[in-house]
Amino acid sequence: MGKLLVSLYLTFFKIGLWGFGGGYTMIALIQKELEEHRWLTAKEFIDIIAIAEITPGPIAINSATFVGYRIANFSGALIATLGVITPSFVLVLLLAYFFQQLKGFNFINLVLKILGPVIIGLIIATAFIMGGSVLTDKTSILILVGAFILLLTRKVHPILLLALSALAGIIFYS
Amino acid sequence: MERNIKNMFTLFITFFKIGLFTLGGGYAMIPLIKREIVDKHQWIEEKKFIEALAVTQSAPGAVAVNLSIFFGYNLAGSRGAVMAVLGVVLPSFLIILLIAVYFPRFSNYEIIAKAFQGIRPAVIGLILYAGLDLAKSIKWSPFLILFFLLIFFFRVWFQINPAALIAISIIAGVLYYLVSNVK
Repeated sequence: MGKLLVSLYLTFFKIGLWGFGGGYTMIALIQKELEEHRWLTAKEFIDIIAIAEITPGPIAINSATFVGYRIANFSGALIATLGVITPSFVLVLLLAYFFQQLKGFNFINLVLKILGPVIIGLIIATAFIMGGSVLTDKTSILILVGAFILLLTRKVHPILLLALSALAGIIFYS
Repeated sequence: MERNIKNMFTLFITFFKIGLFTLGGGYAMIPLIKREIVDKHQWIEEKKFIEALAVTQSAPGAVAVNLSIFFGYNLAGSRGAVMAVLGVVLPSFLIILLIAVYFPRFSNYEIIAKAFQGIRPAVIGLILYAGLDLAKSIKWSPFLILFFLLIFFFRVWFQINPAALIAISIIAGVLYYLVSNVK
């Protein structure tokens, strides 16, 4: 158990450390770690993302808490959540401390410029990888296309989108 | 703002509220954070808020978590940072814990299982759209497009760990920056 908790903490520390750009980058990182440790299946993780979208708070925190609980109950949830926050805490405190000195140096633009295409590449790659385990029949492909068109043309709220797709699932799979 | 216990409590409650009332997370949280910190409590002026937004985004991690640490520190030192981050995280933590305990029981119902069968492809759509939406904020050059394609293929075909790809990209970017500024 102790070994598992250490592994959980270090894994989510790593996710927090490289999670530039926030939530969706972290989804890409978590997906790989879950697959490597065989902690959860792709479907289970996608369900967690859906739950994270419809509950308050950052996706990274929601996923860390949920995954941690599934692997090692309450202590797992606590350890994973602390792990994902620790790098932010240290780095943002440093940024806050040196805020005045950093203002002249255009740090943000540098980081964002380098990482922009990287983050986008990783997010789209993750959609492809996870799509492989979900898009197994015509109905699921139809729902994906429908969801994507709704997002593109109407910018529907994620909660409304998930409610509609849940309805579609109940109708088409019955 | 003085560093007394009452203010620590206000800080905690304010960020607890921010954590509780923002659905979806990320950039959706920014207007609410601004309303609480700039408009309501007037802890920070708007100009500094925007600067802080830019700086905290250069650090890894969830946007709301980073902002809470930054403002907590600015308002009441490192103890303030701890209070603010605990406040912003606690609502998610408690709600997800509750769901994690009861979700397996619910997912056994056939109707819930079918609903999630419909939801999963939509989640893939959301992730794809998030990537596309970010792509709109970038000034693309042939070099950046090539970089994007490389990262995509390395991830999908060679199954390289995203953390490694991010780390290598940062090192490559900093080296390029240094070299192009030396001459």
